[in-house]
Amino acid sequence: MIVITWDYFMPGLPGIRSSVQWAYMASGILENMQEKIVVKNLFKVFGKHPDRALKALKQGKSKDDILKETRLVVGVQDASFTVYKKEIFVLMGLSGSGKSTLERLLNRLHEPTSGEIIIDGIDITRLNKKELRDFRRKHFCGMVFQNFAILPHRTVLGNVEFGLELQGVDKETRHKRAMEMIQQVGLEGNEESYPDQLSGGMQQRVGLARGLAVDADIILMDEAFSALDPLIRRQMQDELLQLQNKLQKTIVFVTHDLDEAFRLGDRIAIMKDGKIVQVGTAEQIISKPADDYVKAFVEDMDRSAVLTAGSILQPLVEQAFPNDGPRTMMRKIRQNKLTGLVMTDKAKTLKGYVIARELADYINKNKDKEDIPFDNNLIQQPSIVHLDMPLTEVINVYSDNQFGPVVVVDHNQIVHGVVTRGSILAALSEDPDIQVMDNKEK
Amino acid sequence: MFPFRVPLDRWISDAVDFLVRELGAVFDGFSAFVYFMVDNLKDGMLTLHPLILMAVIVAITWYMAGWRNSLFAVIGLLLTENIGLWQAFVETLALVLTAEILVMVVGLPLGIYAAKNDRFDSIIRPVLDFMQTMPAFVYLIPAVMFFGLGLVPGVVATFVFALPPLIRLTNLGIRQVPKELTEAADAFGATDMQKLFKVQVPVAKATIMAGVNQSIMLGLSMVVIAAMIGAGGLGEDVLRGIQRLQVGQGFEAGLVVVILAIILDRITAGIGARKNNG
Repeated sequence: MIVITWDYFMPGLPGIRSSVQWAYMASGILENMQEKIVVKNLFKVFGKHPDRALKALKQGKSKDDILKETRLVVGVQDASFTVYKKEIFVLMGLSGSGKSTLERLLNRLHEPTSGEIIIDGIDITRLNKKELRDFRRKHFCGMVFQNFAILPHRTVLGNVEFGLELQGVDKETRHKRAMEMIQQVGLEGNEESYPDQLSGGMQQRVGLARGLAVDADIILMDEAFSALDPLIRRQMQDELLQLQNKLQKTIVFVTHDLDEAFRLGDRIAIMKDGKIVQVGTAEQIISKPADDYVKAFVEDMDRSAVLTAGSILQPLVEQAFPNDGPRTMMRKIRQNKLTGLVMTDKAKTLKGYVIARELADYINKNKDKEDIPFDNNLIQQPSIVHLDMPLTEVINVYSDNQFGPVVVVDHNQIVHGVVTRGSILAALSEDPDIQVMDNKEK
Repeated sequence: MFPFRVPLDRWISDAVDFLVRELGAVFDGFSAFVYFMVDNLKDGMLTLHPLILMAVIVAITWYMAGWRNSLFAVIGLLLTENIGLWQAFVETLALVLTAEILVMVVGLPLGIYAAKNDRFDSIIRPVLDFMQTMPAFVYLIPAVMFFGLGLVPGVVATFVFALPPLIRLTNLGIRQVPKELTEAADAFGATDMQKLFKVQVPVAKATIMAGVNQSIMLGLSMVVIAAMIGAGGLGEDVLRGIQRLQVGQGFEAGLVVVILAIILDRITAGIGARKNNG
């Protein structure tokens, strides 16, 4: 398999996308992916007799009101979502939004108040204590924590072995496996060090290696990189993505940092007051924020790094077909006040672009004729961009463009739409009104 | 102010009488056990040549607390032998060690349980307050009634006084284990016992050892009081010095108590500060 890295498309701009991310972009096979974790109507209320809070929630009372009336804290309310195999699913929200609580519900570090958590087809809310323990050992790579949570009295090796040791794996096997993982995260040579001799970044590598050593499918990461300084953090994000390319785990990653969420997440769930406000890819969330809260959230994002041609394109309002006569084309152009027409066949495969000005001259020259034949010399090759191309690249292509809009195609040269100056400006300014005003190429 | 008086004194003395009468056999058994421990410990140490025992103590100090402290131990122990208090020193050491072993056997599990169970914690808290602040002389009397004069009530009084800090600090230490660490253990599928012995106790070790350290120190402070009921050891020499107004001799014995205290303190503090794979 060829692994395509970010640099291939965006040289000079650091960042790597996981293969799953590319898979989404390339073929939109999201719906065909296998479900790994399915959460249905999950509630978590902290305090005694949580039923009171559930009842109040049903009556539509807010989290704050419930806290005032019953002194119960609503951690998560009515969360439903699906995490697919091998994706990085990010839970994003401010502190107190319930994201860490929700993550801890997934392995029942917190007991759910009501709802279902189905992992690999098993509803784990029904497991008893022993079954739950076995399930955790088999399905979860433990958990990776904000403050690393590695054991201060054990060496790096002792920490990485921890999960296997709990499972009663014999010393030799777990030693070997732990050393592999230590190598995997780039800590070889440090296996006899104690945590307090390591930097934050290295400690979190230990945390990661400890999880990976268990060799289960799901990695839960809770603000795993939030305690690291920005440079190291960036580096760890890259390394996580590289590891993920290799290991193909299912990762549920909690963060309060939108940049991190968009960088890592194949899909992102944005949470507020214990509720999931929106689930989607970075593009979906940026281009169609579900409400004002999400909108305010994504306002600060560097949109050009996240949006792609596919997410900002405008569908064709009109197109030319190869057997259209010049006058038919001209009528289409006039009716829609266009500067030209994209020519496709009936299957929407790109054939070329006809510039309005050239077409008008041609008709003028031949205006005596009753039936003007179309001259294939009128067909120009427009600039094209791929659906997945990031906006920053699209802008480059657009600025080098000689005429007309930039045509957006997929792998099979099927036209999906065009990118105009208006759509680029609209995307960058994220003001939907501009899009309406500047809908047509002048 | 009240037309009646709560007969608290009578209740307590009745209760003590009842215990002595009904549970005499139990107390006798316990008494024999303590004698057995202290005597064996003491005799064992006294059969060794003083220099050999000194060497052992100095070696342990060196290993746990470094050469400076072991140098202090050398000087202190030689001085003790030189002023003729070696036997009393060993007797006191045996008494304190026995009391401390009992304290650990009882205190560690109770401390751990108190950390896990808030209700038990709230019940045991006032009991610990009682044990620590009730003047020791008050429970010396029932202790003598239960166990007779001599070593055992001394050990018991020391035990009562030295137990609270270990329970409190064990409780505190386990509660202070960062939540993420116990969550990590749970997330990896640890059983309760694995969590306790592979995570909580090792991480809380420094605090627990501070508890051991404090209970030894408190135990040593009971040496003189225990001597009043015939527990022997250095306390006896201190008392004799006081009774005969021999300031010098009293001070000498007191100084040896301090020497013993410092050595034990450095050793236990050293254990608490050590790292190991536990």
